[in-house]
Amino acid sequence: MSALLELDDDEYLDLLLFIKGMYGFDFTLYSIASFQRRIRRYMANMKMSAVEELKRYLEIDQFHFNNFLLEITVNVTEMFRDPGFFKELRAKVIPQLDTYPHVRVWDAGCSTGEEVYSLAILFKEEGILKKTRIYATDINQKVINEAAEGIYPLSVMKDYSKNYINAGGHTSLSDYYFARYNNAIMNEQLKANVIYSTHNLVSDASFNEFNLIVCRNVLIYFQRDLQEKVIGMFLDSLPVFGYLVLGNKESLSTSRYRKNFEVIDSKEKIYRRIS
Amino acid sequence: MEENFKIKKNGYEAIVIGGSWGGMEAVIKIVKDLPVFFPLPIVVVVHRQKNVESNLCSVITKNTRLYTKEVTDKEEIRPGTIYLVPANYHVLVEKDRTFSLDVSENVLFSRPSIDIVFESASLVFRNKLIGILLTGANSDGSQGLKAISEMGGLTIVQDPMEAISKTMPLSAIERVKIDHILKLEEIQSLLMSTL
Repeated sequence: MSALLELDDDEYLDLLLFIKGMYGFDFTLYSIASFQRRIRRYMANMKMSAVEELKRYLEIDQFHFNNFLLEITVNVTEMFRDPGFFKELRAKVIPQLDTYPHVRVWDAGCSTGEEVYSLAILFKEEGILKKTRIYATDINQKVINEAAEGIYPLSVMKDYSKNYINAGGHTSLSDYYFARYNNAIMNEQLKANVIYSTHNLVSDASFNEFNLIVCRNVLIYFQRDLQEKVIGMFLDSLPVFGYLVLGNKESLSTSRYRKNFEVIDSKEKIYRRIS
Repeated sequence: MEENFKIKKNGYEAIVIGGSWGGMEAVIKIVKDLPVFFPLPIVVVVHRQKNVESNLCSVITKNTRLYTKEVTDKEEIRPGTIYLVPANYHVLVEKDRTFSLDVSENVLFSRPSIDIVFESASLVFRNKLIGILLTGANSDGSQGLKAISEMGGLTIVQDPMEAISKTMPLSAIERVKIDHILKLEEIQSLLMSTL
């Protein structure tokens, strides 16, 4: 990586407090090893050799901070990532959701939208998209703009198609986009019932009650205490029998809220609120 | 009692092992005869195909006396346990000796990245870390071994003559000061002698 392998603890905390004071983003409860690595990587890419340099850069204006924010948060995602999850969602959750007149879904940490479109496609195939609203949120405005546009490089669609098939897709992924130059442009009908907004899981409260909350591979970036706080917020945003989904290496098993949930699928980490 | 004394004597606190092509078979040869009271945690990172179900954990379990499990997020690192880094995730060691998962970009086309595991472990265990790099068809792990070496940890590379794919060990030997270049059998003996 870079010559700068290690950030001094004080320097690191000082940087986080600086960011918090200036822009209101609180990263002090993010997983340290992972977040420090992102910062070091950013500094190396920007050819910065000292934290002071980074601070001077962030001080300039919101635009510079946004650039930093985009790079230090992880926005890597794919359509139908972990196809097994979508299969189980289809089999175990959708039939229950279908018994409601309206369905509200929160995709927390939606990044550039690949998961949102995956959910929309699945809901459409199961015939419940029309009565569903998907609230898709992320900490970054920029990735939300990209998500709303729904334009992806054609080159990645081949992999996504494989995932789609493995997720039990009814037709072909190519039925849901049209190709233009080297891009895949997602169908408008998938976008109609999606509402995008910025939301910071660290500092913002819940904003609705949902039948399903999907938050996969987001909590891994948080320390335990912050994970618990966010799970508590999710609990408050779910009615009894509302579903919560985490990434498949995350778990409620050590959470103080575990007794509030029953396990619907232990491998794909699908939970349902019971109390 | 005696065991505790021995750990203190050598002072090593953790082992990280990385490999790619042929790496799993090599790992099994190393851990096969380790005693059930082997006192150090062993973190194993081997490149795997993403989105493919893997029975790696059960394969290793069948071949070792040590408790073997896949890493889960924020899990505490315990002695005498083999931790497998899951497919399609990076794993980092935190200062409080827990694991963090991460799904950020591939590094050297790899996720999990050996470099990330090694580097983050070196920042925590410093000169009390043993890093072992095995057979593999790319250069992942070299940077990580370098970090371990710079922290004063012990660096070991599988003898390229024995490796199914020489690229990974050769890359490390070229770029890093390696303490021991050994055959798998010798690596196992050396681990026993650290006790």
